[in-house]
Amino acid sequence: MLQGINLACIRGDRELFKNINFSLEAGGLMQVHGPNGSGKTSLLRMLCGLSNPAAGEIHWCGTAIRSLDGDYFAAVTYIGHLSGTKDDLTVIENLCISSALAGFEISVDQASEALKYMGLSERESLPVKVLSQGQRRRVALARLLICKTPLWILDEPLVALDVMAVKLIQGLLEQHLQQGGLVVMTTHQEIEITTAPVMQLQLA
Amino acid sequence: MFGWIIKRDLLLAMRRQSDVLTTLFFFIIVVSLFPLSVGPEMNMLRTMAPGVVWVAALLASMLSLGRMFSNDYLDGTLEQMLLSPQSLSLLVLGKALAHWLVTGVPLVLMAPILGIQYDLPAEALYVLTTTLLLGTPVLSLIGSIGAALTLGLRGGGVLVSLLVLPLYIPVLIFGAGAVEANMAGVGFNAHLSLIGAFLLVSLVFAPWATASSLRVSLE
Repeated sequence: MLQGINLACIRGDRELFKNINFSLEAGGLMQVHGPNGSGKTSLLRMLCGLSNPAAGEIHWCGTAIRSLDGDYFAAVTYIGHLSGTKDDLTVIENLCISSALAGFEISVDQASEALKYMGLSERESLPVKVLSQGQRRRVALARLLICKTPLWILDEPLVALDVMAVKLIQGLLEQHLQQGGLVVMTTHQEIEITTAPVMQLQLA
Repeated sequence: MFGWIIKRDLLLAMRRQSDVLTTLFFFIIVVSLFPLSVGPEMNMLRTMAPGVVWVAALLASMLSLGRMFSNDYLDGTLEQMLLSPQSLSLLVLGKALAHWLVTGVPLVLMAPILGIQYDLPAEALYVLTTTLLLGTPVLSLIGSIGAALTLGLRGGGVLVSLLVLPLYIPVLIFGAGAVEANMAGVGFNAHLSLIGAFLLVSLVFAPWATASSLRVSLE
């Protein structure tokens, strides 16, 4: 499904990584490891199509993502370091709007159900700026419940989350993998996925 | 989709009314400074009115360009827009339209009132408002290209004015020219048609250019 062929990344005149090859099939999870500054985020941004690799190609279902364009974006949900929420909007407005922009228009009921699952039901009408870091993270991750895309690319999704929330996300990941979804993620925390094969990719 | 982005930006503008009001008051103050400093010489005021109002509109519209993408860039929502399966050009068009509704339309509405300070005749006020109505969307559209190109740069605010102001010149010439032509008793339709043409051209090209610049800026 998702294939990386000889990927390389150059930042300034420094080569972060080269000759990265992998092939991830439906229902598989790939965890990207590496010390700080080894290019994990750069790799994930390449995989989303936000930036182009310095060399190599990324294929989705056998086709280069560069030629897929919008069709590829429709298959990906990316949650990065930045939460992607607006401070001045309420939690529920944020979720409705970000889902709609990702191509999934939802009703208010669906949104509050997702927020309830993420443990934010009492805060749905508060502006995001009054939330704590962990709660903001939950708002961003609530998108995973709504955007039913096959490929999830998650950059440090567990940062700032408490134990309960980490369990919740683990459950979500397992469920997604069981349904044949793909996950590419980086994390410095331990996660236990027992239901699916976990592939490890080590960046120098 | 297109509706959502406009709704979102208008909602954000409502929550942060000070941003909208500063632009409007900047316009009002700049336009009012000239009669105060030049003195009550009616003929001179009438001649300079179209130019002053238009220059103030350019500056006011540019003042808010920095905010067009930078907030979205900082909180990561711009990144998500780039990953949207919908056409980015369409999203950008929506953002430019929202920018115009928030900064351009108030200027258009204030212009006839401010024009009275310059002793403009009623018909000239009407022409001035019409040119601004046609011209201010062009300012938002062209400005979006500059805002996208300077995204994330240090000192982007000054750079954006150097990039964008020269591109505003044609609109300025024909916008102010239409009012002068009207006061001189010559027809002003040609001027209006030209501004309309600028509007159509920028409606087609600006969103596309902005979308490409955004992809480069976020790489």
